[in-house]
Amino acid sequence: MFTRSLAFTAALLVSVAANAAETPNLGTPITEAEAKAWDLSILPNGEGLPPGRGSVQQGELIYEQKCQGCHAEKGAGTPADKLVGGQGTLNGDVPPVKTVGSYWPYATTLFDYIRRAMPLAEPQSLTADEVYALSAYILNLNGIVGARATMDAKSLPKVKMPNRDKFFVVYPGRFP
Amino acid sequence: MSKELDADQVAGNGLLDRRVFLRQGGGIIGAVGAAVGLAGYSRPVEAETLVVPEWTKKPGALFEPYTQPSKYETKVARGPIPPSPYNGIGPGSVRAPLQHLEGMITPNGVHYERSHNGVPDIDPAGHRLLIHGLVKKPLVFTLDALSRYPMTSRISFVECAGNSGGMYAEKPAEGTAQSLHGLVSCAEWTGVPLAMLLEEAGVDPSAKWLVAEGADAAAMSRSVPIEKVMDDALVALYQNGERIRPANGYPMRLLLPGWQGNMNVKWLRRIKLLREPAQTKDETSKYSLLLKEGKVAQFHFPLDAKSVITKPSPGVNMTSPGLYEISGIAWSGNGKITKVEVSADGGKSWAEAALSGPVLSKAITRFRLPWRWSGGPAVLQSRAIDETGYVQPTREKLIGLRGSRSQYHCNLITSWGVAANGEVKHVYA
Ligand code: HEC
Repeated sequence: MFTRSLAFTAALLVSVAANAAETPNLGTPITEAEAKAWDLSILPNGEGLPPGRGSVQQGELIYEQKCQGCHAEKGAGTPADKLVGGQGTLNGDVPPVKTVGSYWPYATTLFDYIRRAMPLAEPQSLTADEVYALSAYILNLNGIVGARATMDAKSLPKVKMPNRDKFFVVYPGRFP
Repeated sequence: MSKELDADQVAGNGLLDRRVFLRQGGGIIGAVGAAVGLAGYSRPVEAETLVVPEWTKKPGALFEPYTQPSKYETKVARGPIPPSPYNGIGPGSVRAPLQHLEGMITPNGVHYERSHNGVPDIDPAGHRLLIHGLVKKPLVFTLDALSRYPMTSRISFVECAGNSGGMYAEKPAEGTAQSLHGLVSCAEWTGVPLAMLLEEAGVDPSAKWLVAEGADAAAMSRSVPIEKVMDDALVALYQNGERIRPANGYPMRLLLPGWQGNMNVKWLRRIKLLREPAQTKDETSKYSLLLKEGKVAQFHFPLDAKSVITKPSPGVNMTSPGLYEISGIAWSGNGKITKVEVSADGGKSWAEAALSGPVLSKAITRFRLPWRWSGGPAVLQSRAIDETGYVQPTREKLIGLRGSRSQYHCNLITSWGVAANGEVKHVYA
């Protein structure tokens, strides 16, 4: 009796296992620390920001060497995007000038984007200090932080962008 | 025109019942069918003398490993090729030649492309997909590993959220179906459901979003709600039966059926599970909708129902008065197309088109309608309706709702003006 009921229980266990979804499981486990080498994402609360710091003044120098060729003097734009100005053009019917200063809702996006994608011909070549400095400089050009500001993992997420409150989230709703 | 022909007119300016062509040769209504079928076509005035052509009198070419389109079909090409102000690098897009295609599938060589810093040259052996963040067990996948997973195929359109943005302009932009609307394409995509890979990694219940990132020089990245991923997201490896073309994400791309093309991240290399969206450049600075009074609608993901007539259309002009088939494409990011209506009088009256071929959720659907062109001026329009009951809006309605500065998600009704000489132009009606 004992052996029969054991066999029955074993059969039951096998059938339960067969009913659970099976997948190939061919991913190689990696630690979150190892994943860091590829992790470029910065969240609005500052999660992901690396150590380091940079000032408006340092940013100005780097900007002149590595960015000005495409974004023009003081971020005035063309051939690439204008990085400065446009405040007051988002209302009414005038053509909008959307820039970091007039449009962007989060300051952390600057760090995230410059580090991953700029300068165009050499993405991911800037140090964390350089990216902080460039972020500080572009924010200062837009009058959002003072000329003596320094950006780091603490100060950057605290910067309140002027257009933040104009953004509203549609998902999961439907939009006309 | 005979009485029978009048009876087939179902809307103004010569639009005929969608079943007219199907009737030809059909016994019961054969008489009407024959009259419509023949009376409409203009026949060549003089009969040709038939000669046996040269290519029939000598053996043809031998086998090629991978064939190309006929050399006579060079007009079926992506374009316009944008100039680069940055010494041959940089962002841009090229459009699919919609007016030269038929059916629902876009051939791989002419699928539209939007890229933010070029097409990376990826060696598949060195490519990795990393899944990490709010998971129990971060994982790395090789292409070989993913190739062993059970696959799913689905036919899905991909459309850039900036497609048709020129239609918001005050004056009608000159252009073709390709240059105005060509940032949409449709293919059969095959790959591994992303939900399966996430389950293997063990998603933490606090994860509500993920950020997907490409291995290109823009490291293009977008945040995606987890519900969508669990619903129908694929890590696509194949496009119309062959490995995804480099311009479309080789060796793997994210497929989010019906949602903004930009979110269908190409060259997919990293997925990080998060509590909240990452607020990347392409979901804040770009692909958000600036509304009246300066408000900005963010995270409007599905592309709403839309349609455009491809034949006739600018460059695919009318030749002589008579019977034609109007043909076009319709699609909706919210499900199946249930109906397409066509007008030849600028929206005064509408006739229901036939939906031709498979009608699939979030795929391009071909529509067709017979039209007897009198040779006079006409304004052709099409409007798509999807299974949620959503009706493609007029220009007036869409701009009334959003203003004209939102740039993205433009799905208003397109008007093609047909002149008496047969030339077709983009107009506002
Ligand atoms: C070779 C030209 C070039 C150089 C040099 C360059 N950029 Fe850019 N930048 C671009 C282009 C092109 C884009 C638009 C990319 C796209 O469409 O995705 C851009 C976009 C940006 C944006 C986003 C603008 C917006 O409003 O969406 C920022 C910020 C930026 N660049 C900062 C920088 C910084 C900082 C540097 C210097 C480290 C730099 N760029 C150097 C060409 C350049």
